[in-house]
Amino acid sequence: MLTNAGRGPLGAGCLGFSASGVGRAPVSVSSASVGPPVTPEVVRGKRAALFFAAVAIVLGLPLWWKTTETYRASLPYSEISELNALQLRLRVPVTVVFTRESVPLDDQEKLPFTVVREREIPLKYKMKIKCRFQKAYRRAFDHEEEALSSGNVQEAEAMLTVPQEQAEGSLTMYVISERSSLLPQDTMSYIGPKRTAVVRGIMHREAFNIIGRRIIQVAQAMSLTEDVLAAALADHLPEDKWSSDKRRPLKSSLGYEITFSLLNPDPKSHSVHWDIEGAVRQYVQPFLNALSAAGNFSVDSQILYYAMLGVNPRFDPTSSSYYLDTHSLPHVINPVESRLGSSAASLYPVLNFLLYVPELAHSPLYIQDKDGAPVATNAFHSPRWGGIMVYNVDSKAYNASELPVRVEVDMVRVMEVFLAQLRLLFGIAQPQVPPKCLLSGPKSEGLMTWELDRLLWARSVENLATATTTLTSLAQLLGKISNIVIKDDVASEVYSAVAAVQKAAEELASGHLASAFVASQEAVMSSERAFFDPSLLHLLYFPDDQKFAIYIPLFLPMAVPILLSLVKIFLETRKSWKNLEKTD
Amino acid sequence: MWASFICWWTQDQAEQFFRSGHTNNWAVLVCTSRFWFNYRHVANTLSVYRSVKRLGIPDSHIVLMLADDMACNPRNPKPATVFSHKNMELNVYGDDVEVDYRSYEVTVENFLRVLTGRIPPSTPRSKRLLSDDRSNILIYMTGHGGNGFLKFQDSEEITNIELADAFEQMWQKRRYNELLFIIDTCQGASMYERFYSPNIMALASSQVGEDSLSHQPDPAIGVHLMDRYTFYVLEFLEEINPDSQTNMNDLFQVCPKSLCVSTPGHRTDLFQRDPKNVLITDFFGSVRKVEITTETISLQRDSGIMESSHEEGQRDEELMEPLKYAEQLPVAQIIHQKPKLKDWHPPGGFILGLWALIIMVFFKTYGIKHMKFIF
Repeated sequence: MLTNAGRGPLGAGCLGFSASGVGRAPVSVSSASVGPPVTPEVVRGKRAALFFAAVAIVLGLPLWWKTTETYRASLPYSEISELNALQLRLRVPVTVVFTRESVPLDDQEKLPFTVVREREIPLKYKMKIKCRFQKAYRRAFDHEEEALSSGNVQEAEAMLTVPQEQAEGSLTMYVISERSSLLPQDTMSYIGPKRTAVVRGIMHREAFNIIGRRIIQVAQAMSLTEDVLAAALADHLPEDKWSSDKRRPLKSSLGYEITFSLLNPDPKSHSVHWDIEGAVRQYVQPFLNALSAAGNFSVDSQILYYAMLGVNPRFDPTSSSYYLDTHSLPHVINPVESRLGSSAASLYPVLNFLLYVPELAHSPLYIQDKDGAPVATNAFHSPRWGGIMVYNVDSKAYNASELPVRVEVDMVRVMEVFLAQLRLLFGIAQPQVPPKCLLSGPKSEGLMTWELDRLLWARSVENLATATTTLTSLAQLLGKISNIVIKDDVASEVYSAVAAVQKAAEELASGHLASAFVASQEAVMSSERAFFDPSLLHLLYFPDDQKFAIYIPLFLPMAVPILLSLVKIFLETRKSWKNLEKTD
Repeated sequence: MWASFICWWTQDQAEQFFRSGHTNNWAVLVCTSRFWFNYRHVANTLSVYRSVKRLGIPDSHIVLMLADDMACNPRNPKPATVFSHKNMELNVYGDDVEVDYRSYEVTVENFLRVLTGRIPPSTPRSKRLLSDDRSNILIYMTGHGGNGFLKFQDSEEITNIELADAFEQMWQKRRYNELLFIIDTCQGASMYERFYSPNIMALASSQVGEDSLSHQPDPAIGVHLMDRYTFYVLEFLEEINPDSQTNMNDLFQVCPKSLCVSTPGHRTDLFQRDPKNVLITDFFGSVRKVEITTETISLQRDSGIMESSHEEGQRDEELMEPLKYAEQLPVAQIIHQKPKLKDWHPPGGFILGLWALIIMVFFKTYGIKHMKFIF
């Protein structure tokens, strides 16, 4: 612009600059030999150039920066990184009730008091988990003494039923005298179906210590042991290949869909009837009601005709029956799965339980284990998928009638196997009972109350681990890729997830298992919603050369004249200063 | 005996040690080109789809994305078929192809949404990749590519950096246990150069600077039917069945330079296991882990309820006996019918008109006076 010396379009437009000479000292004659004549137009041009540059830099650059910025709501990055170092304290409140003859008299004088035993669970996980058994010792009340002096344990339990249900996660232990006949002679302890247990006392100086150890053993069996937590955290721990196959319970989810299917490949020979509604109502629904704290369950059933297994069974001449050996079992599931319709059922994980009535040509059909012996249950299951049971039709049914033979399925036998498989799939395994301990028979629902507690402990820890991992990886992702837009609702989900994790940790530390579980579920839901929000898709990846390619044609034609003018002004001003110095 | 026991024990443990820790398999098969002359890309993808289904992965676990419809393309001389061998030996379209993303739905955005799981809530279940941390995923992509990018639909492209970032997001959320990435495009090796997440094994049909060539044209259909690399991979996979113990090292040798003209490449540094311990069926098939159920719980039989329901069932049966359905379609008659002789009809108006025209032209050309030489 300066090269035109005011003859360009600027000269015509700059009407107010005609008085540019005001306030300036007249330039001395000797400077005329150094540079071009400083006409008012040249000065006007210089001022115009400076003005342009000023507008471009002061107004333009910030405006461009602001308008091309992506909207990123603020996230609590520091709190998320703190979550990784979270220390989980799992508190199990245990009430220990001593009857009169259980401990020496002078020890009885010391009651009531509280003993706390804390132990760190040695898992190779970044969050430290401490297990805290808080034992509150007290003397027995009169009605409890009466109950505990009855003939056998079941009667005692019936009389001891607490009016209100005990809180989830808490346990009550009764210490009876060494010689009491409540338990059989050799048993030292008994674990009941609800959250109660009975332990034998001892008349010894160190009574409290010895009894304390026994109580801890029983309490651990009923609530938290290392393998329960290791199974819950199996996905987050470094891979332990030697036993990883065993630890594959279902992942924690908000709900589950359970489908019972009857497969009848040979309807011409067998007309199979099963009273699934009655069986579900009577056996499955109570079990699921007992488990209802762990999630929403929905049950459906179907009958599939002409559904074959993908494997041909082999004939065993010694027992004149057909068998499927263990190696062919993995190939059974795939051909049948496409017909189960499990993908259309719901978005929750689906558990399929199949009852297969083999065709007449392949009856009876047994499943053989690795040693070649037929399996008693005639069933197998696949972790995280479901189970299959083979139901052989009684050969006596063929004698009298013509085909098709009416087959009435014995639902009790079937449901015993399916519920056992359901327990295994959920990870409700047999606990490690201490030696000389009597485990009570199962309740009618098939689930003991403290088994549910164990499941809730494991699930809460698993949920917290999952939520923390999700939040951490989300924070890492958003920090690394600066182009992603973070909307307000994503930010609010992240905040609520962080708050829920902290609340769950607090509730676990104070021993409220139910509210801790609910809070941990909320944490998982919010963190998953934040992570999988469709707006977080980082599609606009601009490598640097593409960024240059976009901006250069826009900015370069404008920037070059401004920059050159500024350089020229600067050089001239420097020269005129030097001249001024020389002349002064 | 002791020695044999030890041998058996260590072999069993060793088997367990080298087995992959996955419980389910998924496959994402993408064909990115449209237009009739890119028939071979659709055929490539459908061949891999066919092999994967044959080896056991169900449709619910396969996300198939085809950018154009070749089977029902107006230019297809054999509609409803897509062939992979010339002389129409193998129809890979079949009866039960389930395409999840078709035509214009195959975009970079949808592909990345499928991989990362950031799908709008209204998407149906068949269009989602619902993998978890114990899933082995096979990702196969084919189309036209270049150094560092793959072209989608002739209008957009996905860069190798975006793909690597998508895999990293999958890893962060533990959406896969192990991932096998196969790409059959020109300069395919550039697409796996930038991967940095663990447990990924990658195969490509050509190195940077080389072109992947197509295999054979079919004169009846008029286009090239398959790409060379996928053709030989398909031949290799046809010999695999769900029981096979073939490992990945054999897959790496599949298309040597003499057959493929380009040099296939692979990348295994991010993979934790040794490729010779990785079975082909770990990715292409779907073998489940099963356990025998050894325990049962005991339930109390409530005989009262069972008896009454049994009686009810029987009563219902008897009530239902008298109903019969009228035979509405005499299928037996139709099947065993002899073909009827059709009556003769005189030729229709069109034929008459045509002959009249021909005769008129004949007479016009040669003139009626020449007719006397004929008659």
